[in-house]
Amino acid sequence: MTDRTYPDDTAGPFPRPPDTVTDGDGREIRIRESGQDDFEALAEMYENFDPADRAQGIPPVDPDAIREWLDTIVSPEAVTVVAEHDGRPVGHAILVPDSGEGYELAIFILDEYQGAGIGTELLEHLLGQGQATGIERVWLTVERWNEPAIALYKKIGFETSSSESFELEMSISL
Amino acid sequence: MKVLLGTGGREDGFDALDRTLERTREAGDDLTVAVLETSSDEDVESVAADVREQVAATGIDAEVRVLEGHPGSQLVELAETEGFERIVLGGGQRSPLGKIDLGEVAEFVLLNADVSVTLVR
Repeated sequence: MTDRTYPDDTAGPFPRPPDTVTDGDGREIRIRESGQDDFEALAEMYENFDPADRAQGIPPVDPDAIREWLDTIVSPEAVTVVAEHDGRPVGHAILVPDSGEGYELAIFILDEYQGAGIGTELLEHLLGQGQATGIERVWLTVERWNEPAIALYKKIGFETSSSESFELEMSISL
Repeated sequence: MKVLLGTGGREDGFDALDRTLERTREAGDDLTVAVLETSSDEDVESVAADVREQVAATGIDAEVRVLEGHPGSQLVELAETEGFERIVLGGGQRSPLGKIDLGEVAEFVLLNADVSVTLVR
């Protein structure tokens, strides 16, 4: 955990929110920074999250546990970006500071909005916002069998930094 | 039941110890605690001292042993050679985002133990 490695070369530049994109199914998706005002709408999005898409215990399933978890990750130091369709959150991506110089990344897309390119857009805009905030080191963990997710992270510029654990660890320099 | 708890001094290990001591009292289990040399920064002897203190506070008669060397294999070998019926481990650390991070000890033990393994959450 302490000796995390990052790529020598920086990735990007990435687009910054706010932005509006059209997804692969022709839906108009609004991407913007999220804040405390979005708390309840995001909690409801996570209540509708497909349990099969959970990763390493998050998001929690219980409504109260979801709110407790959201509370701990939405700090002033965190960078969070939301994707909305018809004014309703359908995706959420987060950068949370670790105890060192890095930020941990996670992204969640509602089942019916997956496979339409929203994940790529949301990730790029999150990293764009992170870049603008001065964040230089980002990492994530992903289950080794989750090939679609790993392919997406690679496409964005993430490189495998550790494969010795249950989960694959990937990192990117901004 | 003969229960073997392995801990390396991280928070989830002490949580597991707490819950296992409770369970030991309820079930009348025969508990042994093995303090492991993990990659964490904690000194194994000082972890063992903390573990002994936590055990003593409950009044439960559990043996506390320090296992040197590769933590996963030492724990599995001890379980096999001394006839333990269950291995108990901490349920993993949480990342800054709240993701469960299972360490290499848990992975080794899950894949190599020939007795049931409990991860405490």
